[in-house]
Amino acid sequence: MAAPLCLFLKRPKLVWLFTCIVTALTFLISVLLLQQVITHGTLVYELGGWAAPWGIEYRIDQLNAFILCIISGISAVVAMAAHTSLQKELSKDRHIYFYMLYLLSLTGMLGIVATGDAFNVFVFLEISSLSAYALIAMGNDRRALWASYKYLIMGTVGATFILIGIGLMYQMTGTLNMHDLAQRLPEVSQTRTVFVSFAFIVVGVCLKLALFPLHLWLPNAYAYAPSIVTAMFAATATKVAVYLLIRFTFTIYGLSFSFTTLPLNILFLVLGLTGVFVASVAAIYKNNVKHIFAYSSVAQVGYMIVGLSVGTAAGLTATLVHIFNHALMKGALFLALAGVMYRLGNVQLSGFQGLGRQMPLTMAAIVVGGLSLIGVPLTVGFISKWYLVLAVIENGWWPVAVLILLGSLLAIVYLWRIIEMAYFKPANEHSETVKEAPFSILIPVWILVIANIYFGIDTRISVGIAQSAAQSLFGITP
Amino acid sequence: MVSVAVAIVWMKDLIAVVMLLGIYGLLTASFFVAMDAVDVAFTEASVGAGISTLLLLVAIAKTKRAEHPVRHKPMLALLVVVVTGGLLIYGTFDMPIFGIAEAPAHTHVAQRYIEDSYAEVGIPNIVTSVLASYRGFDTFGEVVVIFTAGIGVLGLLTVSGGTGRRNQEITTKKMHEQHKVLRIVAKILIPFMLLFALYVQFHGDYGPGGGFQAGVIFAAGIILYAMLFGMNTARRVINQTLIQLIAALGVLLYGAVGMLSFVNGGTFLDYSVLLTDPIAGQHLGIILIELGVGLTVTAVITIIFFSFAGREEIQDYRNDTGA
Repeated sequence: MAAPLCLFLKRPKLVWLFTCIVTALTFLISVLLLQQVITHGTLVYELGGWAAPWGIEYRIDQLNAFILCIISGISAVVAMAAHTSLQKELSKDRHIYFYMLYLLSLTGMLGIVATGDAFNVFVFLEISSLSAYALIAMGNDRRALWASYKYLIMGTVGATFILIGIGLMYQMTGTLNMHDLAQRLPEVSQTRTVFVSFAFIVVGVCLKLALFPLHLWLPNAYAYAPSIVTAMFAATATKVAVYLLIRFTFTIYGLSFSFTTLPLNILFLVLGLTGVFVASVAAIYKNNVKHIFAYSSVAQVGYMIVGLSVGTAAGLTATLVHIFNHALMKGALFLALAGVMYRLGNVQLSGFQGLGRQMPLTMAAIVVGGLSLIGVPLTVGFISKWYLVLAVIENGWWPVAVLILLGSLLAIVYLWRIIEMAYFKPANEHSETVKEAPFSILIPVWILVIANIYFGIDTRISVGIAQSAAQSLFGITP
Repeated sequence: MVSVAVAIVWMKDLIAVVMLLGIYGLLTASFFVAMDAVDVAFTEASVGAGISTLLLLVAIAKTKRAEHPVRHKPMLALLVVVVTGGLLIYGTFDMPIFGIAEAPAHTHVAQRYIEDSYAEVGIPNIVTSVLASYRGFDTFGEVVVIFTAGIGVLGLLTVSGGTGRRNQEITTKKMHEQHKVLRIVAKILIPFMLLFALYVQFHGDYGPGGGFQAGVIFAAGIILYAMLFGMNTARRVINQTLIQLIAALGVLLYGAVGMLSFVNGGTFLDYSVLLTDPIAGQHLGIILIELGVGLTVTAVITIIFFSFAGREEIQDYRNDTGA
């Protein structure tokens, strides 16, 4: 089980092929892991041979095995396209560093998800964010540096907040192990120190998560990073943060503390919904397609948080399903954009004129991804909206359900702008020579697109796992 | 400390600010000593007061000395700071009293560290046994963090084209060729610095210290040398590819120790199975991983320094040739 991490340690001579093999292997291992967890229950692995509260342990239950699969799967698919896309966007001598950082950030994210130790989370958070800053700053555009710098400041503040929170928790309980913390926190849960530690952790994680008022770093960081990086992070990074939030609020602090003692659910609900609307409206007015999808990511995070705020197993299921589905759709969309970037050199909306005819496969992928984003039946987006609305209605929050559907209408508006440009406008003179994206990008894109449709029709796998993971979380936390 | 912090914010001259930051680091270090956290103090002294000051100075030398005048009033930032500070103070109200023996932090996990670590790990410095053995995986993560930083800097600052060959042609008269006194003093000092670093490295089991601190001190020695004797002389001593390999080697060494214990039937980073005697195995494992830490830290800091400092010479070269 430590094997997926050990694989990353063979650092010298990292090349694309090696990256692909490693990510594919990791994905394989994650899937096997998930199967094992489903059949045998929670797995525990003690690192260094010391038992839990003294040493550090990995604790894999259905929740994080599920997320591990998503992350490693997406990164494996994205890595396939990396080679071709990078040739246009990064000078040759930096490729090797790129792949190293790519693997390092994957290591960090997997580590955050797998570990059962609160401080270990912070360590891996550092790995993944440091490599993320560097990866984003590698963008061609000079603005990438500024975007990355902003992200660095925000991210560091977030990480420091999390660290302060963990430190305060340690002071009150004397332990860093998550499982142990969950048992020892209720004794001291009425102290102000614990309240403050909770506040710091939630704010810190929400910074990473790009929840509505704290999302300002995200759009530029996504827009100016190399396309591959965007595809990778849009599909995985915020998911890891959502996972952390679930871990901290549900497992460690416990549901009753987070939602009953503190009005966190109201806060999440309001922020989530505002996030959906503000970000969707912002997306409508953007002209860089990467910007549009980046804002839409912020909106989607809003949906996930709304799912959390419901505070029932159904709500959590909706969030988990949406994590899975959103990873698929954003992965597909941004990878397709990488294809456009490869041919056009930019992703301004005006450049999309007539692309529907010139790059039919790429644009079709964007359309399917977009439909999925809106939540049209037969795509994964529909499934997550469906479960979210069900969970909300089950709780009797009718107005919220209506608002969620209104949010989808906004998504139609910003996606229509792209589709209109691509299919109903004649091609520019200078773009008439544009050809279809190369196969090395198209294949990964279509793998994701087909996954979008497949999991939109056959929901047994995604929803089944999400449901049992959510229920097991509610089983642990009374 | 408070007065120094305020002074840092008010000062406009960046060199003075850096110096004050160094003082701040030193004060923090003495603060840690006062709280009986010698190892942390050592780290803070070498990192906060030592190497980061050096790196900041290099950065200033590459850019400008004066701060840009700021017009806007960052009220929002101030508000956030005040709220955060207020929350922190609010949080302290219910904390256990400082130094009290019954505090949960002392009675739960730490108790075993203090009472049994010598019997289980076999080295007198508890801090080292916690960070290298009980929580060895965290330390492994930290080494990877440092490695990531090094690779990140390399990835961002690598300029296309063979920079190494060009630099050797540069023969501009530099500051470092003028300060004779400094050079002579440094010549005497540097061997001792390096020696001290090695002492810290291998003595981490018994006294305060270990791979992190040793690596930082060692790198400081190298940087001092490079600053006073010129980048090219230093480059001739330290090969760039070699140092990158060393950085990777450190991480690999750490990982290899982990894998070895994995192969020997234990879990990842379980040193007890390395040798037949578990205590000796622990000891060996810790020495090896500390060596890995030291190697990576030294190499990465040197990499960062060289890539920052190297830029200027490339620019100089371009200016010289009018390119």
